Amino acid sequence: MTINLTVNHKQVQLDIEPDTPLLFALRNDLQLNGPKFGCGVAQCGACTVLVDGNPVRSCVMPVVAVAGRAVLTLEGLGNRQQPHRLQSAFIKEQAMQCGYCSNGMMMTAAALLQKNKTPTDEQIRSALRGNLCRCGAHGRIVRAVGAAARSEQKGDAS
Amino acid sequence: MTTRRRFLQGAGSIVLYFNIAPTSVVAAQATAVDLPGSLAANPDLDTWLSISADGWVTLSPGKCELGQGIQTALAQIAAEELDVSFTRVRVANVDTAVSPNEAYTNGSRSVELSGAAVRAAAAEVRAILIELAADKLAVDSEKIDVRNGVFLVGGVQTALDYGAVVTDRSLSRKATGSALPKHRDHYRIVGKSLPRIDISGKVFAEAAYIQDIRMAGMLHARVVRSGDRDAKLQLPTELDAVWKLPGVVKIVRDGTFLAVVSEREEQAVNAAKALARLCQWETAELPLQERTISEWLKKAPADVKTVAERASIGPGEVTRTVSAVYSRPFQAHASMSPSMAIAYRSDDQLTVWSHTQGVFMLRGAIAKLVGLDEASVRLINAEAAGCYGHNGADDAAADAALIAMQVPGRPIRLQWSRADEFLGEPYGSAMSTKISAGLNASGTIVDWQCDVWSGTHSIRPAGAKRAGNLLAARQIAKPLPLPAVGNIPQPRGGADRNAVPLYAFASHRITKHLVAQMPLRVSALRGLGAYMNVFAIESFMDEIAYAEGVDAIEFRIRHLQDRRAIGVLEKLREQMAAADFDSEVPLAGVGIAMAQYKNSGAYCAIAMRVIVDSASGQIKLDRALCAVDIGLVINPDGAINQIEGGVIQSSSWTVKEQVRLGNAGVESIDWASYPILTFPEVPQVEVVLMEQPNEPSLGVGEAAQGPTAAAIANAVASATGMRIRDLPLTPARLQKP
Repeated sequence: MTINLTVNHKQVQLDIEPDTPLLFALRNDLQLNGPKFGCGVAQCGACTVLVDGNPVRSCVMPVVAVAGRAVLTLEGLGNRQQPHRLQSAFIKEQAMQCGYCSNGMMMTAAALLQKNKTPTDEQIRSALRGNLCRCGAHGRIVRAVGAAARSEQKGDAS
Repeated sequence: MTTRRRFLQGAGSIVLYFNIAPTSVVAAQATAVDLPGSLAANPDLDTWLSISADGWVTLSPGKCELGQGIQTALAQIAAEELDVSFTRVRVANVDTAVSPNEAYTNGSRSVELSGAAVRAAAAEVRAILIELAADKLAVDSEKIDVRNGVFLVGGVQTALDYGAVVTDRSLSRKATGSALPKHRDHYRIVGKSLPRIDISGKVFAEAAYIQDIRMAGMLHARVVRSGDRDAKLQLPTELDAVWKLPGVVKIVRDGTFLAVVSEREEQAVNAAKALARLCQWETAELPLQERTISEWLKKAPADVKTVAERASIGPGEVTRTVSAVYSRPFQAHASMSPSMAIAYRSDDQLTVWSHTQGVFMLRGAIAKLVGLDEASVRLINAEAAGCYGHNGADDAAADAALIAMQVPGRPIRLQWSRADEFLGEPYGSAMSTKISAGLNASGTIVDWQCDVWSGTHSIRPAGAKRAGNLLAARQIAKPLPLPAVGNIPQPRGGADRNAVPLYAFASHRITKHLVAQMPLRVSALRGLGAYMNVFAIESFMDEIAYAEGVDAIEFRIRHLQDRRAIGVLEKLREQMAAADFDSEVPLAGVGIAMAQYKNSGAYCAIAMRVIVDSASGQIKLDRALCAVDIGLVINPDGAINQIEGGVIQSSSWTVKEQVRLGNAGVESIDWASYPILTFPEVPQVEVVLMEQPNEPSLGVGEAAQGPTAAAIANAVASATGMRIRDLPLTPARLQKP
């Protein structure tokens, strides 16, 4: 069937089976690299995207469920020319080893910072509790999210 | 001639560069100088480095990026020796068609082996290019210097740079080892915490991983298998339930190896589910249960060897003997990305893209598996999530190759599911260690007897002879013979890695009981036997120190002669004082541990503070302090990152992780049945790198695994008085009276 949705602020039309996982539509049909396949059962968070501003696990979300809605992936969060403050902070803090989980960390944190402009480290850890990292970059990730929040407070351009 | 071209490029995909290696004209013969590191086996300079006319340097090492930052460290070394800007160095992925053969990226030895080769090769390339510039400038080469790739004469910049003098054949020669690398006092790039070359691309969702390779006409494949690779299969000949599904292109069956190939990924997932419903697997019952692992290991047929022995104590010197037994369960690599691979069969060539740790080794194994000669198979490495050892990467590559052989002409993208990975990856072997220590009248350990029972820690499919180690090799209709299990000898050791204590006990004997046939497939997991052996040694040292009423650090130092081991312990003591680790915190305990990885790599001392809720048995990992000596540091932040990650990963192994076993076999199939530490549970980690610029670089990647485990167990003992000797330290074990 034909499904219309908004991805990274652009109207997109997909000719696709309605129960196709959103992750496959994003990665395979739209060739986006941000959301990652990690578990396929909504346990690890690597596939996280924002749907109407809320973090969702795209690996278990049928594409039909986002028809008419706005999907934001890491590509839409920011880019080299206009990096999101989280992206700048992840680079500054070198907040990864392999980086496979980073997409989910940044997307989940982006939703957190929408709701809570001044999260404590404990609140950051709690917000990211459903996002797994196997390399052990947790401390750096929490630092990066905190730094991004503070840079927003200071009114940085990004 | 060196050319570079784009290969199979699609929108949003990785651009794959590769060099077509020239048939080298050997300009200089290797001299009697010993070439350092991997350069000895790969002396062609142009396999390591190329420089383009516009001055870009391409470094082509044989070590794979695994998320550990090796490409950045090697680029720093190359830029340093060449005197070019770090940002002008690109690092190519490892490719059997062009890269130097550096075997596996394992054992925390990449900086040591590849780094030494890159340093010498780059220094020699610089010298060659200076000679070429001397000709063009008509000045003596000794008057020429280089800055940012531009030649200087008498300190004055010329119009000539590397790009202007280099020709296709300039670097077509063998390394001689004649160029002297820089003295460390002149380092400007090595030793700096430069940002990793791969991180910004990953942050901006650029194509960075093997998962991001998309090829025209690519098909999607899934395998269908039982957790027991020797399971017998009953499958109806009529597979209409699968064929009738949309997009199905092929159902592959070879023995019990089963796969489906579809046009789209979700179609492959659906077809695999349908095929799985038709399968009846007859599996063997496991001969052990979780709680009987240690007993089973001790009864199983084993190859028994004394791996170290020193006997110098006289009769009657030992006045008291104590002993203890420790154990570790099967544990999983549990990479964040389930394994995958892309394989493409065209005419007489098979090309496989894999996140393996060793493309050259895997090439031989896959060639044997699919019945091609090695020259017809090309393996190209691309990064996936961190692997932490021998996970499913090689097996998935083999699966993809088997499928591609039956579906020629279109690239096959094989993706394992999360359950495929948990059931298919080789685990870190369960182990049991018994130590007996003999003390003299003054409370000094003078005798140390240690027995280690374990399965192998190495079943890598290392070339054609070891192709039988591939998961699918046992499933195909004509299965390949299972090679004898790998036995890595001392001083590195496999099961016995770090089993020989670093302590200078007057007398010791270490015995390895290598169980030949394990009920589960086991291989290298970060640290191999070191994780368990250091846990056992450092737990036991703590137990004895406590019983003797001696401070844990002081007791260790008394038994050490290695000044760097003493150095990290003394540094740790300073860190603990500064962090106020000695003050009383309710329900808290502090434990320390120290090891030198492989007794030849990095020194790492760790203090961990835990808080234990005695009612629930829950351990809160509060804070870890680490003192680390890795000799000359290439990238301090990169090294610190490795230690931080090692502490957290080993913490997860130590308090949470065990492969769950049931009557039907392995029951860990996802993150719910194999939980790992989450954000609220990880400790805060602080790392101090000791300055040792005059010492050679030592591998850091696996150094924290063992000390972390013992530090946690020692902290728990300090907090509760309970000594837990069986991993993991679960709440149930802490609730026992």
